[in-house]
Amino acid sequence: MMDNAKQDGAGRTGMMGWVDTRFPATKMWKEHLSEYYAPKNFNLWYYFGSLALLVLVMQILTGIWLTMHYKPDAEYAFASVEYIMREVPYGWLLRYMHSTGSSFFFIVVYLHMFRALMYGSYKSPRELLWVFGMLLYLALMAEAFFGYLLPWGQMSFWGAQVIISLFGALPFGIGEALALWIRGDFVVSDATLNRFFALHVVALPLALLGLVAAHIMALHEVGSNNPDGIEIKKTKNAQGVPVDGIPFHPYYTVKDLMGAAAFLFLFAFVVFFMPEMGGYFLEHDNFLPADPINTPLHIKPVWYFTPYYAILRAIPHKLTGVLAMGVAVMILFALPWIDRNPIKSIRYRSPLFMLLVFVFAFTFVVLGWLGMQPVTAALTELGLRLSELYFAFFLMLWVHSRDRSGAYMTMVFVVSAIVLLAIDGIRYDPGKAGLMMISALLPLVYFLFFLFAPVLSNLNQSKPVPERVTA
Amino acid sequence: MSSSDLNNSRRRFLTGAVVAMGGIGSAFAAVPFVVSWTPSDRAKAIGAPVEVDISKLERGGITRAKWQGKPVWVVRRTDAALASIKKLDDQVRDPNSLEEQQPEYAANEFRSIKPEYLVLVGVCTHLGCAPSYRPEVAPADLGREWEGGFFCPCHGSRFDLAGRVFPGVPAPTNLVVPPHKYLSDGRILVGVDSEKA
Repeated sequence: MMDNAKQDGAGRTGMMGWVDTRFPATKMWKEHLSEYYAPKNFNLWYYFGSLALLVLVMQILTGIWLTMHYKPDAEYAFASVEYIMREVPYGWLLRYMHSTGSSFFFIVVYLHMFRALMYGSYKSPRELLWVFGMLLYLALMAEAFFGYLLPWGQMSFWGAQVIISLFGALPFGIGEALALWIRGDFVVSDATLNRFFALHVVALPLALLGLVAAHIMALHEVGSNNPDGIEIKKTKNAQGVPVDGIPFHPYYTVKDLMGAAAFLFLFAFVVFFMPEMGGYFLEHDNFLPADPINTPLHIKPVWYFTPYYAILRAIPHKLTGVLAMGVAVMILFALPWIDRNPIKSIRYRSPLFMLLVFVFAFTFVVLGWLGMQPVTAALTELGLRLSELYFAFFLMLWVHSRDRSGAYMTMVFVVSAIVLLAIDGIRYDPGKAGLMMISALLPLVYFLFFLFAPVLSNLNQSKPVPERVTA
Repeated sequence: MSSSDLNNSRRRFLTGAVVAMGGIGSAFAAVPFVVSWTPSDRAKAIGAPVEVDISKLERGGITRAKWQGKPVWVVRRTDAALASIKKLDDQVRDPNSLEEQQPEYAANEFRSIKPEYLVLVGVCTHLGCAPSYRPEVAPADLGREWEGGFFCPCHGSRFDLAGRVFPGVPAPTNLVVPPHKYLSDGRILVGVDSEKA
């Protein structure tokens, strides 16, 4: 393969021959497209990688055009966005594409990540691929956060104020100094807006592009996973080509174009008919200019941050809440080392695992919903229990990495029960005793079921993994 | 050059020396980039004291001003409000203001120079939202035990009418009382300390 690639340029005539002796154009084309063999059994879930790339390109393009009219100045920012919406020809379209694009970016990325979770795409040898992907996710969150301040509306301002104050929770005065350093002022102000603009428009896009390159290079080095979680490189023909692989181009380029077309239908529908998405994509409070004196009655981040926000809010202690929120994101980095079960795909893992993954997805969605609701005692309590389930998922992944004895499960149960009871003891509030007791059923049932069902039934029986991918 | 001519330990030393010097140089080069993010001279200058007129403030009322870009409230408390503060002494986390969230002259039960007037920075000590002023007793949304106080809509932190935090909420400390002094009965200067305790 390498020898073929080296010879591509040498001795060839014509324009491509001329180019290839000076730049590895044909070599790269072959390596990444026409001779990159992807498994033949991709399903619907495998669209989201290429869709993420499509949205990134759209965001960069519309973003560049928006900077041509936007003013990163606390005095003019809000008005310049209104100007784009009302007076710049097609400004409304560029801006709605950009704002809708940010939400769609997260939809696509969350589905892409869930795909990885279902089919074990983070497992060996794809750990670094997953880590690069997580770095992309972090960079994307930062990009979205910086960008959200730019319209300088009420929610922009107070959202930034709250998120920057998160750093202020760090002890020994480090936190306060760090928050001051990030803001460049005692409150979120013009200085903050100006630097967030620079980060949003220059720094983070550069980081994103670099990480995308690293992500794709890592992917093409190890090869794509597939819904069966079976390595296609194990079965190769005489030419060294995986028997169950098909060249990415033309097969998957054409397939992905189809996916892109379907995606753009949906995207255009939202852009043209419901760009605010009922306040989920563009929050209503952000149509008011930033006012440092009055907090909107109900501050909430945009939907894609609300699951973590719900975890933050559920914990009645500042530093612990901030740490829990940080850990909730960071723990995903460790996924390849937490889930050590050799079977990759959910297709061949046990029904119990399937249930575990779907309960986790459901927990994440409900946490997302909770993060948008006003604060009440019952919802905060529910948020705390669901946060416990969120973290318990990773414990369960570890536990079910292989078959465990009944004694082992009992030990895990006892230790978990002690930890959870200790948490309830620390946060005990006589006014909420009833609520705490009822809600404790959630983790209790969760732990009992996922720890003891494998001991008492054959629910945790994995299926035999075939040698070759199924069609 | 044949490999026997190589002086590997010398090479390692030189590589190490270059890496170390390069590292030190990079650290120095990073200073202007990092320090340029700290508040500029202009931002520092804007923190000047502000004067608040409280002569027209009714009992139970609140007036808002801006100091260092932050909201500052002056609340004129009713007798019932002062009584509720006394009643809540054993329910709040730091009833006697032992934590340094106020100047010395406001480190008392009512957290003020004159019991009637409370001066606060209107920034929640949790994550910096501006709590709302809720003087009414036992409103439907805050529960029967609410004696009037400040409620942060962001994350549900509760404070009494002296800005003292209740337990079981995310805010760790009482609301901050800024340095302030009375210029006359009807005027307060926020940002400058009172001379006498």
